[in-house]
Amino acid sequence: MNKHMQTSSIERSTVGKGIAHDSAKKHVAGQAIYIDDMAELPGTLHAALVVSTIAHGIIKSIDAADALAMQGVHLFLTAKDIPGHNDIAPIMSGEPLFADKKIEHLGQPIGVIAADNIELAVKAAHAVKVEYEVLEPVLDVETAHERKEYVLPPQELIQGDVDAALKDAAHVFEGRLEIGGQDHFYLETQIAYTVPGEDDDMLVYSSTQHPTEVQHHVAHVLGNLANSVDVKVRRMGGGFGGKESQATIIASAAALVSHKTRKPVKLRLKRALDMTATGKRHDMVSKWRVGVDANGKILGMYVEYLARAGYSADLTGPVITRAITHTDNAYFVPNARIVGHACKTNTVSNTAFRGFGGPQGVITSEAIIDQIARELNLAPNDVRAINYYAPDNGEVTPYGQQVEQNQLVPVTEALLASADWDRRRTEIDRHNATNPVIRKGLAMMPVKFGISFNLPSLNQAGALVHVYQDGSVHLNHGGTEMGQGLFMKVAQVVAEVFQIDVDRVKITETQTGKVPNTSATAASTGSDLNGMAAFNAASAIKSRMLGVAAKHFQTDETDVTFKDNQVHAKGQSIPFSELAKLSWAHRVSLSEAGYYATPKIHWDAKTLKGRPFFYFTYGAAVAEVAIDTMTGESRCLRADILQDCGESLNPAIDLGQIEGAFVQGMGWLTCEELWWDKAGRLRTIGPSTYKIPGSRDVPPEFNVSLLNNASNIEETIFRSKAVGEPPLMLAISVYLALKDAIGSNKDRNFDLKTPATPENILSSLSGSANR
Amino acid sequence: MAQAISFTMNGKPVRVSVRPDTTVLDLIRGPLGATGTKEGCAEGDCGACTVLLKREGINGGVANAANACIMTAAQIDGAEITTVEGLAHEGVLNLLQEAMAENGSSQCGFCTPGIAVALTGLLANNSAPNEEQIHDALAGNLCRCTGYRPIVEAAKKAAGKIQLAASAETSHSASSEEISFDGAVARCPTSLAELLQARRELPNATLLAGGTDLGVARAAYEKDWSSIIVTNNVKELRQTQEDATGWTFGAAVTWQEVLNHVGEALPSFGTLIRRFGSTQIRSMGTIGGNIGTASPIGDGPPALIALGAKITFASVDGAQKTMPLEDFFLDYRKTELPQNGVIVSVHIPKPKADEHFRVYKVSKRYDQDISTVCGAFWIKMSGDNIEDVRLAFGGMAAIPKRARQAETALKGKPLTAENIFAAGQLLGEDLTPLTDWRGSATYREQVATALIKRFMHDLNGETVEVMAL
Ligand SMILES: Cc1cc2nc3c(=O)[nH]c(=O)nc-3n(C[C@H](O)[C@H](O)[C@H](O)COP(=O)(O)OP(=O)(O)OC[C@H]3O[C@@H](n4cnc5c(N)ncnc54)[C@H](O)[C@@H]3O)c2cc1C
Ligand code: FES
Ligand code: FES
Repeated sequence: MNKHMQTSSIERSTVGKGIAHDSAKKHVAGQAIYIDDMAELPGTLHAALVVSTIAHGIIKSIDAADALAMQGVHLFLTAKDIPGHNDIAPIMSGEPLFADKKIEHLGQPIGVIAADNIELAVKAAHAVKVEYEVLEPVLDVETAHERKEYVLPPQELIQGDVDAALKDAAHVFEGRLEIGGQDHFYLETQIAYTVPGEDDDMLVYSSTQHPTEVQHHVAHVLGNLANSVDVKVRRMGGGFGGKESQATIIASAAALVSHKTRKPVKLRLKRALDMTATGKRHDMVSKWRVGVDANGKILGMYVEYLARAGYSADLTGPVITRAITHTDNAYFVPNARIVGHACKTNTVSNTAFRGFGGPQGVITSEAIIDQIARELNLAPNDVRAINYYAPDNGEVTPYGQQVEQNQLVPVTEALLASADWDRRRTEIDRHNATNPVIRKGLAMMPVKFGISFNLPSLNQAGALVHVYQDGSVHLNHGGTEMGQGLFMKVAQVVAEVFQIDVDRVKITETQTGKVPNTSATAASTGSDLNGMAAFNAASAIKSRMLGVAAKHFQTDETDVTFKDNQVHAKGQSIPFSELAKLSWAHRVSLSEAGYYATPKIHWDAKTLKGRPFFYFTYGAAVAEVAIDTMTGESRCLRADILQDCGESLNPAIDLGQIEGAFVQGMGWLTCEELWWDKAGRLRTIGPSTYKIPGSRDVPPEFNVSLLNNASNIEETIFRSKAVGEPPLMLAISVYLALKDAIGSNKDRNFDLKTPATPENILSSLSGSANR
Repeated sequence: MAQAISFTMNGKPVRVSVRPDTTVLDLIRGPLGATGTKEGCAEGDCGACTVLLKREGINGGVANAANACIMTAAQIDGAEITTVEGLAHEGVLNLLQEAMAENGSSQCGFCTPGIAVALTGLLANNSAPNEEQIHDALAGNLCRCTGYRPIVEAAKKAAGKIQLAASAETSHSASSEEISFDGAVARCPTSLAELLQARRELPNATLLAGGTDLGVARAAYEKDWSSIIVTNNVKELRQTQEDATGWTFGAAVTWQEVLNHVGEALPSFGTLIRRFGSTQIRSMGTIGGNIGTASPIGDGPPALIALGAKITFASVDGAQKTMPLEDFFLDYRKTELPQNGVIVSVHIPKPKADEHFRVYKVSKRYDQDISTVCGAFWIKMSGDNIEDVRLAFGGMAAIPKRARQAETALKGKPLTAENIFAAGQLLGEDLTPLTDWRGSATYREQVATALIKRFMHDLNGETVEVMAL
């Protein structure tokens, strides 16, 4: 049962309507075209990556003779064949496309081989013989931290005086939490199709969230200028952050083969290689000391993160920043010292994943609250309530941003009521008193999430809108469609501006040649940024059309209204299409490149202070679980969610984002376990070994609502709020409910590492050492 | 000998010359140009490649969801498949597709064709599925975007409204007993004698039943097969016999068919089979293949051993032998099966009134996961005392194995917590689990002990599983 509680104060024609995903019909018919479905051009070669089979060492020799002798195998390229730069680091430098000497993780690309078909390419890749001098790998963050092996210097945020606060505190608690990583498991694995053109031109079809980065890296690797590369993305079969920086590996390798052979090249990773060779969510260890007064109010905390960067920086820096800036979650922390270490391990370089460090910060925050409640024998929600940022907008986060439009109290109170907390709490306690084997647990938690890229320069976007003479509209922008419904939301914005039906707006593939210098579609900002850029473009065209209309109706522009595919003034009307034709006849431009830069934000990356976020979103969840205390098996029985989406651009799409994110978050915290063997080989590299939630894992009772009357106080696109990432963290309620169930057997705090697999739950129950 | 494979796809006859070991997914996406069906994993686990497969005389002759990625062309000769492109009638989406498109059942859309096919398969065979049956039908389909709720609701909305197009005249039944192309050959014998003859003539051939074990390496392009012998049409291997004493299943009987026969009489076994892979896997995977693969983590063997099943196999010269299934497994993936022999059938005795059977599977995920531990227990009571008992485990040793010492400790004693505890202490005498990604050795030991306790609670009528809530 789901209720769309969303009501809007303003009547709009298209924005705010629950219109289905633009490709919904094509999806169900199998007619939506993904890169691997595109008709292949004649002469297309298929490429496969050759990757290292050891985690750490030096390449002694590479022998591709057997592979190249296979019939239908064309060529094999390595680092020395790269005409430009062997570097695809998204932020820093020194992250090679192909390892040329040093191997730093198992699955690291060493070269690319091309053949007539993918089967042959994969077989040929396996036939390339690489000899190594094997070195001892570092596989865990604690060891890396001990040896001071980092990919970046530590980041440290200091607010107030923690030492003094802890000294004066009535209680000081120490804790440690092992937070598991997560594979994106987008259903479509990484893929690129590159088509060489005249001169040095390279057309790249890439399943990427960041076409601009692919463009720049392909150019860089080929030693060409960015203007020689055009990147196109119609849709991805899922991204979740995994196709932000990682897609460049695949696109650059394919482009390299195209460059050498002047032939179209397709490179698609088989699932096992995708999971071996591309980065994941950072697993982290967080450690803390928190000081509280007698009531459990936080006076200060010291928190340290050991993040598994993997072998290189990739996006680890900003991921840690976001963990640090979400360690407060919903709670006022007057004194804080929060440190993040980017630990270097001989594992694949970790990367962006929905939430981008936020989840690790929020779960740490909630584990601290949970510990305070358990140690002081208080109800966790009471501890939460006395620590919430005060509702008067006055309080400031440890990084110096005022908490504005604070919805914590309204959201959590409304949710506790709608989820029937009090009655269920009593029932569950009663159940647990009489059922020794199957225990139940219940928990509520809020999420406050900051919206904007931490790095201010990324918060800009462009859009390109054309109106044709028949009144149809062509829409293009820098955002990419990975399933999140961005294309429809932005089309709704444009339809709203022109007051035309949304199906008059042609949604077109993202293309670097049309809208340049874009940011990744990430950090939940897709519709905020691109919606605004498209709004600006459409509004500029509309204002020019208004002038034409005013002339036509012989009236003032202010008298002219656009409504229902028509333009009205003085009791007359003409179709929008006629005005388009008129505008053309009057030699008025019907095309505009719109641009948007998020206002108000600033950030000092050294001190980690400023106003990194344009605004906050608020949400809360209540989860109920059951555990089997003999085997550790668990199940989420019910979840209730209330999420602030501002004035939702599209409540149906937002609902889908919330539900999907919650289930993905549940997977991260319960069943999805990454398991490396002692040689540094990831052994969970397919759905048979890496278990994402299935349909039966979704709570059988799942109530999701959007917060009413929640118009964003900031001037976002139609006062909406971002939704892509925040609800993922609501799944932490499931983790806390599991702790609640386990805690029914315990009188003190205890550790529960994530993912809370049956084994980890049983280990918490018995208190025995973890494996 | 035929040079081509013939089958019906979306109502139209297809005749295509490909190597018989080509995966059906590569065949339909490649030469046949139907790209609606997707590859998400190529290991039978994500369902993006789901097609409906209808084979005469198998699974009741109705269309069943199956994974195209791990199925080879050799297996669909003479069959009928429906891909996502075949769901719409004359360009009009079926009502399930409509419901999915309307209610947000797709986000990125990559899982969607497979889900539309799987649910169409469900609804075509069951016009009023309950929630659990919908989950059973979806267990083999992963969606990373939606959280499934809208997908389940679309299935409910479309219930009662889905029919598959009437089958076209199939181009032929599985008549081509040998298909050969590009240096690869497939034999499709129809009798045990022919099968054994094929084994003699092609001693290096891959013996292929449902392919749900073998197909995984094939789909990863780690292996190819220059000769294949398909068991699907061997009538002796396709037989099922049921009488008052028990069931005899031919080795090529699918798990779906086994479920249809035993689900009611052995509800606990039924639950296990419903968790065996997915609808897709059960419609292809066979009981004989599960034994033939001799995996220490297979679910069939512990359950069958606890039930006291017997296996019958034939050596390549035709001599047949029957033995208790537990004796069949010798060591890690080593069995009594003689070189190039074949498993013929499995006999499962029906438990009598004073005999009780339960099987429990513990895994990271409830559906479509491989057991961390599978515990299968059979007990025969004599008054208040245990007269006989079999405690069989999967995932606890190199082979599916009974805990003999613990069994001995229980015999002649009443089923009490103390006796179960004492028996649990002895599990280590027979069981020596490993540590891997599914669980540590310690955890496996804890679970094995827990499961025999669960057995006792279960027999007392208590709720023993979180899924029962
Ligand atoms: C996604 C997925 C999920 C799975 N889930 C489970 C699960 O939950 N539990 C579980 O136990 N297994 C599971 N499996 C494994 C597999 O489905 C089963 O083992 C199945 O029963 C194998 O049967 P098959 O007919 O497909 O075997 P095939 O793959 O065709 O063959 C398997 C082996 O048995 C041999 N063989 C087949 N028939 C005979 C015969 N008549 N005589 C001698 N040898 C023979 C073959 O030569 C081969 O070595 C799963 C597999 C996949 C891909
Ligand atoms: S592609 Fe995943 S099951 Fe076939
Ligand atoms: S819609 Fe993306 S995986 Fe299901």
